Amino acid sequence: MAAAPAIELSGIQKSFGNVHAVRGVSLAIAKGAITGIVGENGAGKSTLMSILYGLYRADAGEVRIDGQPVRMESPHDAIAHGIGMVHQHFMLVDTFTVLENLVLGAEGGPLLAGGLAAARAELERLAREYGLSVDPDARIADLSVGEQQRVEILKVLFRGARILILDEPSAVLTPQETDRLFRILATLKERGVTIVLITHKLREIMAATDHVYVMRQGQIVADRRTAETNPEELAELMVGRKVRLQLDKIAATSGEVLLAAEKLSLVDHRGVRLLDNVDLEVRAGEIVGIAGVSGNGQSELLQILSGIRRPTSGRLTVRGRLIDAHHPTDPAEMRALGLAHVPEDRLRQGMVAAFQASETAILGYQAEPPFCRNYLLDGPAVGRHCATLMDRFDVRPRAPALRSSNFSGGNQQKLVLAREMAREPKVLLVGQPTRGVDIGAIEFIHRELVKSRDNGCAVLVVSVELDEILSLADRILVMFAGRIMGEVPAGRADERTLGLMMAGAHPAPSAVEGA
Amino acid sequence: MSTRRPLPAWAEIAVLPLVNIALAFLTIGIIVRIIGVDPLHALKLLVVGAIGSSESIGYTLYYTTNFIFTGLAVAVAFHAGLFNIGGEGQAYIGGLGCGLAILALDRFLPAPLMIPVAILAAALFGAAWAAVPAWLQAWRGSHIVITTIMFNFLAAALMVYLMVNVLIAPGSMTPQSRNFAASGKLPSMHDTLAAIGIQVAPSALNLSIVLAVLCCIGVWVFLWHTPWGYALRTMGHNPEAAVYAGTNLRHMTVLAMCISGGLAGFVGVNELMGVHHRIVLDFPAGYGFAGIAVALMGRSHPVGIVLAALLFGALQQGGAELAFEIPTITREMVVVIQGLIILFSGALANMPRPWLQLFLSSPRSGEVPAQRAEGS
Repeated sequence: MAAAPAIELSGIQKSFGNVHAVRGVSLAIAKGAITGIVGENGAGKSTLMSILYGLYRADAGEVRIDGQPVRMESPHDAIAHGIGMVHQHFMLVDTFTVLENLVLGAEGGPLLAGGLAAARAELERLAREYGLSVDPDARIADLSVGEQQRVEILKVLFRGARILILDEPSAVLTPQETDRLFRILATLKERGVTIVLITHKLREIMAATDHVYVMRQGQIVADRRTAETNPEELAELMVGRKVRLQLDKIAATSGEVLLAAEKLSLVDHRGVRLLDNVDLEVRAGEIVGIAGVSGNGQSELLQILSGIRRPTSGRLTVRGRLIDAHHPTDPAEMRALGLAHVPEDRLRQGMVAAFQASETAILGYQAEPPFCRNYLLDGPAVGRHCATLMDRFDVRPRAPALRSSNFSGGNQQKLVLAREMAREPKVLLVGQPTRGVDIGAIEFIHRELVKSRDNGCAVLVVSVELDEILSLADRILVMFAGRIMGEVPAGRADERTLGLMMAGAHPAPSAVEGA
Repeated sequence: MSTRRPLPAWAEIAVLPLVNIALAFLTIGIIVRIIGVDPLHALKLLVVGAIGSSESIGYTLYYTTNFIFTGLAVAVAFHAGLFNIGGEGQAYIGGLGCGLAILALDRFLPAPLMIPVAILAAALFGAAWAAVPAWLQAWRGSHIVITTIMFNFLAAALMVYLMVNVLIAPGSMTPQSRNFAASGKLPSMHDTLAAIGIQVAPSALNLSIVLAVLCCIGVWVFLWHTPWGYALRTMGHNPEAAVYAGTNLRHMTVLAMCISGGLAGFVGVNELMGVHHRIVLDFPAGYGFAGIAVALMGRSHPVGIVLAALLFGALQQGGAELAFEIPTITREMVVVIQGLIILFSGALANMPRPWLQLFLSSPRSGEVPAQRAEGS
């Protein structure tokens, strides 16, 4: 490591309008090592990497690659300097094969055949050298998420990258797939590839990196050798104050069953079985967690439980009201029954980006008093309600008239949660309670959910974050391919068992009840 | 891409549309120059023709009335995320409803009863004509842009059939109904003003403009101050959130289109009850389509629509005068002028934005520290 660092940034500044996203960042990424950049959402990690990858231009500052100052005007420049980026959301064409995706943008001539043959040879070489084996003729749609990510990495290496930037790579992976990814990264490192890992998961920083930079509010606040730090210290550096990673809660005192599903199945118009005989029960005063890799039927389950979608077969009972194919319901009725729903994707479902925060704060309740009186909306009452919610849930900035889209992800989520919890629901469905939310706000949201539980609410939490399920839930159900793989009491749950179940394997019977 | 700052609200509302119109007039001036007419002379004729006398102001406001109705119609649908291209047909059928009600009842009902009934009939017929495409979209998935366009043709064909074969006045050589009785005529503005001692020159302007103003207020209250308007806007911005909130998208689609069609139907009130005093052919005369431009230019807000409708009304009236005074500027040329204004204020509306941002947004960068401190 005596040579010049692979990447050196000095004095990087970047503003978007009023927001100073990156403020004078200087860092050095050592060659042939794995460097982590950790920080909360909105700390500026992604902006910084986008500058490095040529997607944004810095307002000030210098980028040096191998000691040479370079100008990054576009991703083409970055690629030319050997920088490759694996995005959080895959940029693959589902209907193309691995090979076709690989040559996309580097076809090498008007006829594909030559380029494809060369690519096949190169792919074999990469597979041998880095241990990244993927069937070159498989269609992307047929690959697992972990394999698709490998294709993304191969795509970057195929373009000759020596510096690999991975943006939240584990967001869509099971714990086992994440471990496999880290083994691949270790192999790449041995072969001399420089890796930058952007994440907000401290466990991954500890597991995979050699060196870590902590970002907060657009600045590098710390720089540590991974071996010389610990998750508690990193969390504190990220948030700027002491954080309790462990949630304190008393044992659940569960009461009557408020939400019950029996043999719920959902078949879509193409005949694909999205939900397969799902049985579950949520009792008053308990939190049931549904773990699983995203896309295994959790979204559909939430839609059915909240009345948005009708099940193809099976029945649902919400506080005594029976719902099945012959007795359909709708979200308005479910709300009237005392069921509140915090949707998984707040931007797409839970709020209207163009509306004022105060308008978003009554979504679903707009026709009820005190917001609606004599068929008219009471604007001042709506504004006051929003201000109250903002105070209670510490939504910042405290501006009911501001457009909903101008709030950060965490504050949007707090606003949606506040709206749904304000009515003291009897049943609370929460999808991805802390997706895109900072550690500080996670702590708060978790405490509020436990508080609801202690007040006798039946809470169902769906999350792809295993840590979250483990710390929140009293009972854990694991979903895979539309089925409930089994139930694990929180006390006996461990990451390995759950991870296997999330991947569709039936675990040892001793660890599971009612599988 | 990333360095754009938003325009201040006042620039968004006032400066941008004015710059658009100025650009349009500049282009029009060049074209007028090319065909050999002095642009300033033409502009003067246009302005004088539109607002030079109480008569021309009356006609300008009469045209404005139609543009307000169709502009509001398009705007309401637009807030629901629906593109109603069928204002033309809905206006036509609305007029039919209005006319049928009057033909059936004008001998029995006095004006104070006849007028509200006819207005209601116009709204109901316009709404019904819009409800069919809405139903087709909501339940059958037929795209509303296609179906509303087709319904314009259907409306035109239906009206020709009815006027030629059914509703034609006995002994008439032209396809028009018998004249409405006195109770089926909406008082004209000059008569109404004369009754309270204000003398203005006679024009086509009638009390429909009062209805238009009431519609503006009604639409504003409905969209922004009722739970249904809230649900309608939610659907327009984010249908998934509307479903989540418990709105039935099918019912809301039909409701939005019925309101839209009813508003368009009021063109029939202005034209038939206010001016022609009988059912005639072709009275919508493109107002339904122009409503799209009015709504676009008025940013789908009632206040903006009134302003845009005034501009379009003035162009319609001033343009007619212009074509009359300068033979080289034909009716078609006037349509070109209107088209250019629509082009610059609609399709190219955002073209001057980067330049405006350059001049109008720069001082805002000074607010960074305060904003940041609050948000952190």
